[in-house]
Amino acid sequence: MAKYVARRIIESVPVVVGVSILVFMLLHLIPGDPATTILGERATTQSIAELRARLGLDRPLYEQYFIWVGKMLQGDLGNTVRGNIPVADEIATRFPATVELSLAALLLSTAVGVPLGVISAIKRNSLIDTLTMFGALFGVSIPVFVLGLLLIFLFGVELGWLPFVGRLSSDISIQRRTGLHLVDALLSGNMKGFKDALEHLVLPTITLATVSLAITARITRSAMLEVLNQDYIRTARAKGLKARNIVMSHAFRNALLPIVTIIGLSLGRLLSGAVLTETIFSWPGVGKWLFDSIIARDYPIVQSMTLIIALVFIVVNLAVDMLYAVIDPRIRY
Amino acid sequence: MDDVRPLSLRESKQATLWSERFELWRDFLRRLWASPSARIGGVIVLLTLGIALGVSTLDSYDATRDSSLPNRYAEPDCIVAFVRSYLSDEPRMALGDISCKLPFGADKIGRDIMRRVGHGMSVSLQAGLIAVTLSLTIGTIAGLSGGYLGGWVDSVLMRIMDVILAFPSLLLAVAIVTVAGPSLRNGMIAVAITQIPVFARLARSMAISIRNTEYVTAAKSVGAGHSSILWRHVLPNSLAPLIVQTTLGLGTAVVETAALGFLGLGQQPPFPELGKMLAESQQSLASGKWWVMVFPGAAIIMIVLGFNLLGDGLRDVLDPRLKK
Repeated sequence: MAKYVARRIIESVPVVVGVSILVFMLLHLIPGDPATTILGERATTQSIAELRARLGLDRPLYEQYFIWVGKMLQGDLGNTVRGNIPVADEIATRFPATVELSLAALLLSTAVGVPLGVISAIKRNSLIDTLTMFGALFGVSIPVFVLGLLLIFLFGVELGWLPFVGRLSSDISIQRRTGLHLVDALLSGNMKGFKDALEHLVLPTITLATVSLAITARITRSAMLEVLNQDYIRTARAKGLKARNIVMSHAFRNALLPIVTIIGLSLGRLLSGAVLTETIFSWPGVGKWLFDSIIARDYPIVQSMTLIIALVFIVVNLAVDMLYAVIDPRIRY
Repeated sequence: MDDVRPLSLRESKQATLWSERFELWRDFLRRLWASPSARIGGVIVLLTLGIALGVSTLDSYDATRDSSLPNRYAEPDCIVAFVRSYLSDEPRMALGDISCKLPFGADKIGRDIMRRVGHGMSVSLQAGLIAVTLSLTIGTIAGLSGGYLGGWVDSVLMRIMDVILAFPSLLLAVAIVTVAGPSLRNGMIAVAITQIPVFARLARSMAISIRNTEYVTAAKSVGAGHSSILWRHVLPNSLAPLIVQTTLGLGTAVVETAALGFLGLGQQPPFPELGKMLAESQQSLASGKWWVMVFPGAAIIMIVLGFNLLGDGLRDVLDPRLKK
């Protein structure tokens, strides 16, 4: 196992290097001089030269790359171009918002998607199966931005049940500890804040979770069906085991591999979806911020964030592979 | 009088080949029709393609001149009138009395939404088709040659795919479009790039399983070259999963190009595009003008639903291992 982990980590090194080169190059491929683009056409030659020096753009490209990588490794993500604030500080303030939203969506899609898939598989071709699979098909086919707007219109505008802008109402404040509003509100015993934060979280979470939920339900169902057709399930039935035991300890355990894979993969979908969801709901997370920074060509932010996201991706994939061995002891590396 | 002569051996062979092919196709279509999801999906796909083709060929639309301020935010007249006459106590309107000038209503500068949705659908479908064709071609070539040749070619190609896959697809597309400049064409290329690894991995896995089969060994032993084996043996035998993935990929590509449009990075205004129309509908949503959002949204859902259903059905038919 340790050997396998080591090999996988070594194997991901070229990918990380490739990712960092791609991230670095992407922004230098933009036609025209970055400093001019940032400052605008009316900037003076002197101010452009100053900005170029500040960003290190006057050095050769490969040198810029190594300086950048070196700083990254030391945790120095540079300062933002707009505002000259340390990127790391900005990330620290915004990242919890995205984490809270993504975790809530991951929780919703797993806690609802997996049971729905299991029930559909057990009660195959029943009404509940047909409804679930139809719903799942619809969930896969509805784009995040369409669903978000529909939910805003129905529950925000027409019914007026739920807020749809930002993380908190303007008259509510929560003492910051972790940055996750729900956790912070609970820690400080602020129930009013908790309720408000929860209400703000509902629509974005549903919007972000729907596609993953649908995919999780579909994969769980097909994995369960595959297992339920096996001989050992028939044997277990013949032994007279309780249906619940058969489903939980015989079938579900063996269907876990594809389910875990798909939950791991959904993290990527959640991060992609976060850009759109945060844009629609004015959610102050990193998704919307990164998008704005790409448009404004705020290099340090874009480079750090894309690199962080890609690293998270690689680590999650690695973790999923490790989990295989835990879930299924037959897998030996 | 007709010149009657017996068929030559070659001609009769050709004739059997054609009838065999015809037989295969008929069998394929029959099985496809037997699958409900393929049937419904196929009908939806044909319908959307029909609308897109019909609208773009029959209606010449000049987006730069389209605006009619008197119609600003006009309601979808027939639907609203119909529902109102049902819900209110007043005597029902006769169907003939309901005017139907703007069935989908009008947007903030009075443009006919139905017309724009039609043109938007044709833009989205074209974008999806072009993007998927690109990624299918590049991905299949990379995947088949990597899987078949193995060695360093395979390693290099697959590491490149890993790098592309290490980014959330939409973010990568956004970054590419920002570099290349926002336009529909660049959006399509960006979406195509993010989808290449999906096809490459699939084609590679097929090539690996096929390269050790007996018919490939046989072809090698009679002196067939790599490219001929890839083209005549490996590719035809990998087609089924690639066709399924292409159909499903079309849905994804339509959503992703619309997402770029929604973020303002695809088709530029005033030209109609479903994602852009949805983004523009956001401001009018708060005042209850649902039609500006509902119809473009429904159009995207319809396109994607059609491709997903058809893809699921094709998978059932083409991949007997999954059929139970």
